[in-house]
Amino acid sequence: MSAIRLAWWVVGLAVAVFLVAPLLVIVPLSFSDGSFLHFPLPGIGMRWYRAFFSSDFWLTALWNSLTIGIASTIVATALGTLAAIGLWLAVIPGASAIMAVLLLPLVVPAIITAVALTFAYAPVGLASTHGGLIIAHALLASPFVVVTVGATLSQFDRTLLRAASSCGAGPVTAFRRVMLPVILPGVVAGAVFAFATSLDESVVVLFLAGPSQRTLPRQMFAGLKDTIELTILAAATMLVVLSLVLMLLVRFLSARGEARRP
Amino acid sequence: MAHVAAIETGKAAAALARRARRAGYGQKVSAALLVLPLLLFVLVAFAAPIGAMLKRGVEDREVAPVLPRTIGALSGWSGTALPDEPVFAALVEDLREARAAGTLPSAASRLNHDQAGLRTTLIGSARRLAAPFEGPAREAVLRADPAWGQLETWGALARARGPWTDFFLLAALDLKRDAAGTIRAVAEEQAVFRTVFGRTFWIAAMVTAITLVLAYPLAALIALSRPAVASALLFAVLLPFWTSLLVRTAAWMVLLAREGVANHALVALGLFGAPQQLLFNRFAVVVAMVHILLPFMVLPLYAVMRQIPPIHLRAASSLGAHPVSAFRRVWLPQTLPGIGAGCLMVFIQALGFYITPALLGGGADQMLPYFIGFYANQTVNWGMAASLSLLLLAATLLIVGLYGQLVGFGAVRTS
Repeated sequence: MSAIRLAWWVVGLAVAVFLVAPLLVIVPLSFSDGSFLHFPLPGIGMRWYRAFFSSDFWLTALWNSLTIGIASTIVATALGTLAAIGLWLAVIPGASAIMAVLLLPLVVPAIITAVALTFAYAPVGLASTHGGLIIAHALLASPFVVVTVGATLSQFDRTLLRAASSCGAGPVTAFRRVMLPVILPGVVAGAVFAFATSLDESVVVLFLAGPSQRTLPRQMFAGLKDTIELTILAAATMLVVLSLVLMLLVRFLSARGEARRP
Repeated sequence: MAHVAAIETGKAAAALARRARRAGYGQKVSAALLVLPLLLFVLVAFAAPIGAMLKRGVEDREVAPVLPRTIGALSGWSGTALPDEPVFAALVEDLREARAAGTLPSAASRLNHDQAGLRTTLIGSARRLAAPFEGPAREAVLRADPAWGQLETWGALARARGPWTDFFLLAALDLKRDAAGTIRAVAEEQAVFRTVFGRTFWIAAMVTAITLVLAYPLAALIALSRPAVASALLFAVLLPFWTSLLVRTAAWMVLLAREGVANHALVALGLFGAPQQLLFNRFAVVVAMVHILLPFMVLPLYAVMRQIPPIHLRAASSLGAHPVSAFRRVWLPQTLPGIGAGCLMVFIQALGFYITPALLGGGADQMLPYFIGFYANQTVNWGMAASLSLLLLAATLLIVGLYGQLVGFGAVRTS
């Protein structure tokens, strides 16, 4: 028993190390004073972060990533939340077909989405624009909002809405003052998922974006095809930290949602 | 009296039911109105573009509008001998007109996708036949370019008659109709796609198998250890899960580079005499894909394992079961839905990998998505990009559907 147990622990821990090690390697490298890709570091400094923040390319990419991320998050969260409430409110005919359509952006391989959207958006002037990219990212992010808000709503007590309406609240007031406060953690978690999706997206942006829509993933892709500069690792480290923040935010929100439940 | 009361009650009940129905109807309308914006958004901005692109895989509208007379005259052609004089005459007329109108290039590049060299044939012949000539059209056309004396040149024209075609789908399977319409395998040196399909499925299957083997013990460890240990291990799964795919691909590039961490460490340890090329090969692609997809295997496995009461294993061992047989007969069967869900998610995502093979792989490691991108971007052969997309999407949906039929989507909740 103990030999099996030991082997099991060793393998499990080794896999856990395999999962985090690549991320843990790039963080110290990004603080290197030199330009080598290996240890030991010649010295420690902020050289590559200074390079990042003094490069027009990287700053534009950062700015694009943030603005496109925020705009597509707003669109995806608004539309996704409404749709999730609609699907929860009543059984509409063809609900499962509607759900299948809404989840489509999740199922279609990214390369097909990228090629198809580029092909369709170019004639209407949406290729190589911020608008086109925001639409594309909102589409890719919306299923996460629908699913997350839907999961929160499944815990929502329907009698609360009836109580609100019998107290004279209109549907909008009932939504704003009764439903929204309860499902807010789910909505925010959906928004965080949406933002992370846009921030992470690297295939559609490669096809649909022009030179002035360069996002961080696209800029990193271009850099990796070239000689690898440690500026890429500074960008990567900042993205890892950002992912960590987003992940902790979702965990915090779901813990709060959990605590609210009776 | 009682009778009247019953009628009254019946009326009241009917009215109540009517009101409830109306309320229910109203609720359905508002539900539909709430769903509508996103539904329309996805249909118009996503589903329609995908549909339009996939349609290009079975559509052929580039040649017929440019060479209408030739295509019309070829309609009864058997494909076993060169066409008759009227077809040649129609071709001369079409070429002159298309050259004047400047519409020739699109038809020429479509025909060039069928047979390399036809672009030159078409444009060159149009130039040479522009001036008036004496005698039969057939002689003049054959003089302009001897390629018109070959059956397959006319076969290419006949195949491109449109408006619908199976040309691109057949080409995606390394097949082609000959001039007479019989489906044949393309020449060995042109057959690339079966290899690409085989490679794509092979890499996806290999990655799925490796992630399953690695994820299973880790998921079990998370499910069965103390809360503090479990949450630390779960963190190790969730951090890469949340980290950008490109960041993780970049990390592997740095680790495996010639001057990178792995090479440096292996040389320092004396395992390598000199730095080796660890990048741009199958090994690098598979390692990075396994790393990127592992969380998608661990999480559903963990979700299922968490539901198994630990008392089951204890009961098995107290009944005298050896740990191995307790695992095999009590624990393993209960984790099957998690194995199914994890394998499905990993396999489907692996089929669609584009960025990682593009950065870490060599030419012989590129998967189907790479070729879709290649035909859309480099050679602007939309028909080919679309037919490959059609096959990739069909494979994806087939696997999802099969899984839904066999296991059901309710079997496991991953969040």
